[in-house]
Amino acid sequence: METMKVQNITPNDLYWKIRYNASRCTLCGSCVAACSFRAIEPKVERRRMVFSEGELPEPKQRFSAVPVIKQVNSIKNYCRGCGICEKVCPNDAIGPVRNPDTRHPIITRCLAGDSIKRGGRKNLGSTTRTLDKIRIGRISQMTDPSLDAQRHTFDLLAPFGRILPPAKLPMGVTPEGLLQMQKEAPPVGWIYPVIIGDMSIGALSWRMWEAVAMATAYLNEECGIPVRMCSGEGGMPVRLLKSRYLKYMILQIASGHFGWNRIIKAMPHMTEDPAGVLIKIGQGAKPGGGGLLMAQKVAEHIQAIRGVPKADLLSPPNHQGLYSIEESVQKMFLSFNAAFKFRVPVAIKVAASATSVSVFNNLVRDPYNIVGGFFLDGIDGGTGAAHEVSLDHTGHPIVSKLRDCYLAAVNQGRQGQIPLWAAGGLGKTGDLAADAFKMICLGANGVFTGKLILQMAGCVGNDQGRCNACNTGLCPVGITTQEPALVHRLDPERVAQNIVNYFLAMDQEFKKLMAPIGNSSLPVGRSDALVSVDKPVADKLQIQFVC
Amino acid sequence: MCRIGAIKSLDYTHPSQALLLMQSQQKGHDNSGFAMVMHDLGGIFESYKHLPTLSLACTDEGVKVAEDILHAAGFNRVMQWVPETNPLPGLDINAMPNYLFQTYDYPKHVRHLGQKEKEDLLLNMRLKLRKALERDEMGFAYSFWPDVVTLKEIGDPKDIGTYFNLWEPDSKFTAKVITAQCRQNTNYDIVRYAAHPFHLQGYTTLANGENTFYLKNVELQRELHRGYIGFESDSQCFLYTLHYVHRELGWPLSYFKHVITPLPFEDIERRDDKEQLLAIRQSLAHLEINGPNTIIGVLPDNTMFTCCDAKKLRPVVIGRNERMVVFSSEVCGINEVLPDRDWETDIYPHEREVVAVTNDLEVQRWRQ
Ligand code: SF4
Ligand code: SF4
Repeated sequence: METMKVQNITPNDLYWKIRYNASRCTLCGSCVAACSFRAIEPKVERRRMVFSEGELPEPKQRFSAVPVIKQVNSIKNYCRGCGICEKVCPNDAIGPVRNPDTRHPIITRCLAGDSIKRGGRKNLGSTTRTLDKIRIGRISQMTDPSLDAQRHTFDLLAPFGRILPPAKLPMGVTPEGLLQMQKEAPPVGWIYPVIIGDMSIGALSWRMWEAVAMATAYLNEECGIPVRMCSGEGGMPVRLLKSRYLKYMILQIASGHFGWNRIIKAMPHMTEDPAGVLIKIGQGAKPGGGGLLMAQKVAEHIQAIRGVPKADLLSPPNHQGLYSIEESVQKMFLSFNAAFKFRVPVAIKVAASATSVSVFNNLVRDPYNIVGGFFLDGIDGGTGAAHEVSLDHTGHPIVSKLRDCYLAAVNQGRQGQIPLWAAGGLGKTGDLAADAFKMICLGANGVFTGKLILQMAGCVGNDQGRCNACNTGLCPVGITTQEPALVHRLDPERVAQNIVNYFLAMDQEFKKLMAPIGNSSLPVGRSDALVSVDKPVADKLQIQFVC
Repeated sequence: MCRIGAIKSLDYTHPSQALLLMQSQQKGHDNSGFAMVMHDLGGIFESYKHLPTLSLACTDEGVKVAEDILHAAGFNRVMQWVPETNPLPGLDINAMPNYLFQTYDYPKHVRHLGQKEKEDLLLNMRLKLRKALERDEMGFAYSFWPDVVTLKEIGDPKDIGTYFNLWEPDSKFTAKVITAQCRQNTNYDIVRYAAHPFHLQGYTTLANGENTFYLKNVELQRELHRGYIGFESDSQCFLYTLHYVHRELGWPLSYFKHVITPLPFEDIERRDDKEQLLAIRQSLAHLEINGPNTIIGVLPDNTMFTCCDAKKLRPVVIGRNERMVVFSSEVCGINEVLPDRDWETDIYPHEREVVAVTNDLEVQRWRQ
């Protein structure tokens, strides 16, 4: 008998164990072909069979070699629990089962000597989400009648751009008693209160990115819902830069400046201004970390768009040459404002942190009034690739931080001057309208969302360790991969349709939330509409405690 | 629900007319109080139009505290009117011991100052009085402004009228603009300050409705101006927004409507003045109101106006003859005051309209 080696890896050490029923399996091979992680393979097992051929029982035994599907025992090709094998199996013979006894976090580190990287979002099991402890509790009934979600009109728009304090508006009164602009005010776009979050064309497959762009254009042009999509760091196809659809896009610049070369070169050929520029300083899923695009995902077209060779693309954790908030205001904002001749609002995105309020205060007090939005990204946000330790352990929940920023502005009478946009796990339960609405009542002008868009497209990952392999370039559903065979699994038209339908549903739901509180425009800062069944939450957010 | 009413007349009019206007609408309110603000005063105040009059309800100690503060600041009393009261048994009134209307001359050192400085001083004095009188509920300084008096009391409006002899018309206590309302703010604790009309630096508003953007309004207004205090009622927000837009920003009255009930974005897009309207909507988003409302307001030049919320969920009607214009929540009130008017000229403003009445009673209708 072979000596037992306890250090060998077995499925019992991994996150997922494969449940396999040989008697149902017809050996069609679909699962093996479909598993992008090569976590299962065909193998041959020696089987003993007892049989009897005569009229009376005369048990005999026979040994034979039978082909079976086996799980690969490796920390490289481990099963992600994505369930694709189960999906493609015609006989329900195979599927992943969560393994509560996993030793994966330990053995991976022991064997690789490297920190664990993955995509997705925070996987640590958390308690009930704060937003689920909040309800919209002030219902209009008698003296302020509810509105009718179907019949009334609602103004579901949020500002993107710097809003001047009323006393600073460059307006004068004409002799006829009319207000007249005397010079231009900073540009402000009024857009849908849900921005499709910044996911780069390198992190996403070209089909996925195209599907999102398609959905954005359709929502704008056919449904009258002015949704904006943020490019993510890494630029965008030149054809889009030169097209009229650019007006629906927010261009992102992050510390790696990837893609900006092309954008700048395309500027003279642009027929429309982009909807805005978003300077990314930090990201909620991995605060303090820069962008990370693994070499396996740097396909040819990505190399072209970004102007880089095939290699791991790491954006530095900070913008070189930024020493202070004031400096960021002066340098970056001025240069991007100037690049588009002050016609395009420029906003900033930071990871929520214990210090967010100070950063926000600095920007709010900036006398030049150039910061056109504060995008605050909380710990539950998603990412294409990050170190697991950052994903799980660094960051700050978004709800109270957004509220703190709003109240800081209120204390100075400056609420609304820098629009607040929040993200980080919103829509995690699938219900973005409710989450967004509560955030708006707490002071957000709008929200941005990325991970949920992937889920609309068919992403099978979740925050309990399922899949989360976006960093590997092997996304089993073709969303975050550049492998042609995998990308072709994704039907961009279906994805676009799903996104459009989700937004249409959400739009209805927003109205169903606004109508009972009797508001026809977004209730930004209407914390009086909220109640919480959790006293500490109520106290922290300064809303009514109920029980 | 409140009922509100206002009279603007070419002739000096006695408050009995305001009581009459409100009395017939009594079913719609709970008779929990009576409050009025009068502008453009006649009778005993007529010759003191340029000097500030303090409207005060207080205890004996309160009188002393208030007078000491004003004297210390250099104000000299030139006139005092103490309305005769009629404390009949059984009246439903929660009266304060003293009601005083005192007209003061400005302190010597400010007489030569400009209008603005004087107005700021008057506001500061009223805020100081209010604060000082808050202790032990010594009293309520409702207004301290030239050509304006305020009366607010808790109880049945009819009895309040009897108590102050307001049912008996006379020529002593009259005004060309009278705004009135017959309800305390019964949603919350009864506070005398909480009854509209509210007054600030020549601006008066009263409202029928519920402002569901109250919190948004309050949170911004608190930081906008030292005079924006109290917030005992969600309707105070209308006054402060009016004051801010018209006085602080210096914008014409028509823009008040654009601030409180901005046009929908798609309508703004189609307008020639979209740049201005968008800028207003953006920068003053927190002064927008929501919920059903009708507002009546008076400006320092005694222009009187009314407008509604954007969905027009609260009524208001305007009736008139050659010498008087009456605003009222219900037409029955106007029928009492102007029974012989031509009903066909009554105006029922729509949700995008401001109706303003100038001093020569020209009725202007502006579409937002
Ligand atoms: S669940 Fe996914 S990763 Fe696991 S074996 Fe099946 S296809 Fe492969
Ligand atoms: S399905 Fe694709 S996008 Fe979703 S978690 Fe897996 S790898 Fe990431």
